[in-house]
Amino acid sequence: MRKAQGSWEKRILKSLNSMCTELNIPLAQKRPANEQKELLNKWNEMGTDEPDLSLFRPVYAPKDFLEVLMNLRNPNYENGEQPSFRNHLGLIQVPLKVKDIPELKEDFSELGLNIGQLGIDDSAQVPPEFFENEHVRVGQKVLAEQDSAAAQQYVRQGCPTALRADLWALILNISNQPEDILYYEQLKSNVIQHNLLVDSLIYKDVKLTASNDDYYFVFEDYLYQVLLCFSRDTSVLEHFTYSSATPPKSYIQGKLGMEEYAVFYPPNGVIPFHGFSMYVAPLCFLYHEPSKLYQIFREMYVRFFFRLHSISSHPSGIVSLCLLFETLLQTHLPQLFYHLREIGAQPLRISFKWMVRAFSGYLATDQLLLLWDRILGYNSLEILAVLAAAVFAFRAVNLMEVTSLAAAEAVLADLSTLKVMPLLQIFLFATVT
Amino acid sequence: MGLCWCGYGGVLIPLWQGDCRCPSQYWEEDAGGDAGAGIWRDAVVGLRSPVPQVQEIVFRNFYTAFLSVRVQRPGPGGSRRWVTCLRDLCLMPCPHTEEGSQDYFCLHRHQMLCDVDQVTAMRFILRQPSPVWLHFTIEDLQIFPPGQKSPQKDFPSWLSQLTPPEQPASLHGLPDPEKVSTEVQQMWVLTEVIRARQAAARIGRFDVDGCYDVNLLSYT
Repeated sequence: MRKAQGSWEKRILKSLNSMCTELNIPLAQKRPANEQKELLNKWNEMGTDEPDLSLFRPVYAPKDFLEVLMNLRNPNYENGEQPSFRNHLGLIQVPLKVKDIPELKEDFSELGLNIGQLGIDDSAQVPPEFFENEHVRVGQKVLAEQDSAAAQQYVRQGCPTALRADLWALILNISNQPEDILYYEQLKSNVIQHNLLVDSLIYKDVKLTASNDDYYFVFEDYLYQVLLCFSRDTSVLEHFTYSSATPPKSYIQGKLGMEEYAVFYPPNGVIPFHGFSMYVAPLCFLYHEPSKLYQIFREMYVRFFFRLHSISSHPSGIVSLCLLFETLLQTHLPQLFYHLREIGAQPLRISFKWMVRAFSGYLATDQLLLLWDRILGYNSLEILAVLAAAVFAFRAVNLMEVTSLAAAEAVLADLSTLKVMPLLQIFLFATVT
Repeated sequence: MGLCWCGYGGVLIPLWQGDCRCPSQYWEEDAGGDAGAGIWRDAVVGLRSPVPQVQEIVFRNFYTAFLSVRVQRPGPGGSRRWVTCLRDLCLMPCPHTEEGSQDYFCLHRHQMLCDVDQVTAMRFILRQPSPVWLHFTIEDLQIFPPGQKSPQKDFPSWLSQLTPPEQPASLHGLPDPEKVSTEVQQMWVLTEVIRARQAAARIGRFDVDGCYDVNLLSYT
């Protein structure tokens, strides 16, 4: 897996290097003084800037990454060409251990049918005395006690909107102390002083994704303020100790190979891909103070999101999530799986982009935040694979009638009307197996 | 075969490789509950001189599902007999999947079924019932004798004598120590943070003509 991650990283670097040489733009450059002043003045409205980004292209998109994952093979595994029980029917051919529904039922027991959930039991038809009022009261108590472990247990049943920002901050251990604000200001000054090529990639990504989204375009300025600082934050490098990825390195001109002149590029070691800004966008609904928003995003990235775009055998890594999705679908909707496979519409081709973005930009925002509540509560991304399978189960009738990949994608193009918690509950607890 | 060098107490001792019988009975549909079904390998590791005591056996797995270990010890009347000291230890909980396939394992003396003293030879029986794997073995095998007495066993004498609780001193006319200590602590944290964030190198050491000139990303 590490070898595969290494060669994937090489491909990304090649792509970035070729863009650099084609456009003749340095990877990093100090800004002249007048440009620095201008940027400082415009800091809160960088969205009004319209730089020429037509020549830039994203370094990679999720579908490129899927191609790499599809081709992962264990050389010690019998990957015969003949179809046999050894070959997986889906796209992922790596035999990782994934959970089945009984194990998932046990892990996600708080989502059970007889336990109250926000997202189900707070709907207009249900009187709030049954569940909602008590749940809010417990949430306020947890916040008053400032108990992080209790908060994590609490959000498994969903977070009331009014308490969500504080509860997430409690779980992620973000307190926005003066030194944190100072650190953010320091990063901001780094942005002002130096211009990185990665900045243009970020601009391009925000313009292509978040700015075009009905829910998130208002937060465009916040996104720049967070992502530009994120690229310069060397504390993010610490997460590479538990990630299978390696940060890209570069050498100061003329000093190739000399370790004293090696730097990580970008300074945080993370090269953004197409859709990266969507990890930040939903958080803008919760946090309005840039320094706190920044810290929450950074913590969510180094705990969860980095696993969605690196190759590893971790149970919450994207490879395991893909395999979990395919296995759930095969086991519980075999007819649908077979049908889609026959028409050349492997289900993972459609659901991959949902999982890589943790469904950001596909679900309605309130539903997305309910989903992310559970990610924090269970400290695992497996729920993304379960939801993807649940969505297919929900639209199974329509999907059985399609005859091409394009038609299947059309059936699943719009998820904005879906309610996440009922889908998850039905799939895990109310489906006859 | 995969078992060539055995590190004993940190020193590598060359071993003679005993019989390596690898009767590979491939998985049959109706193997029917036979404990020996599937593929297994068997390697005997001989030691130049009898090991007085085996404390730990450390190795790295490579797709072996179950491990049994037998040791040859002196028996009654000067003969040597083989005794099973580990039976079917599960290394891979689900042999068809990757879990545990490349993990490091450490077997302690107390996990074994019998005393591992005066061992002259050891036999490792590897089993992998799943036919999907092409090869399986164990690597980097090392056997360790008991080390020195663990320092944790001897506590320094002062630790065992509890100090009596201090009487609080009288504090007339002085500011509240709690308040002062929190303020001082905050200041100290801020200075520590600033000190930690200072780069050791001079600022601007990478400036080349006003540019922090980074050329291309390195592939190595």
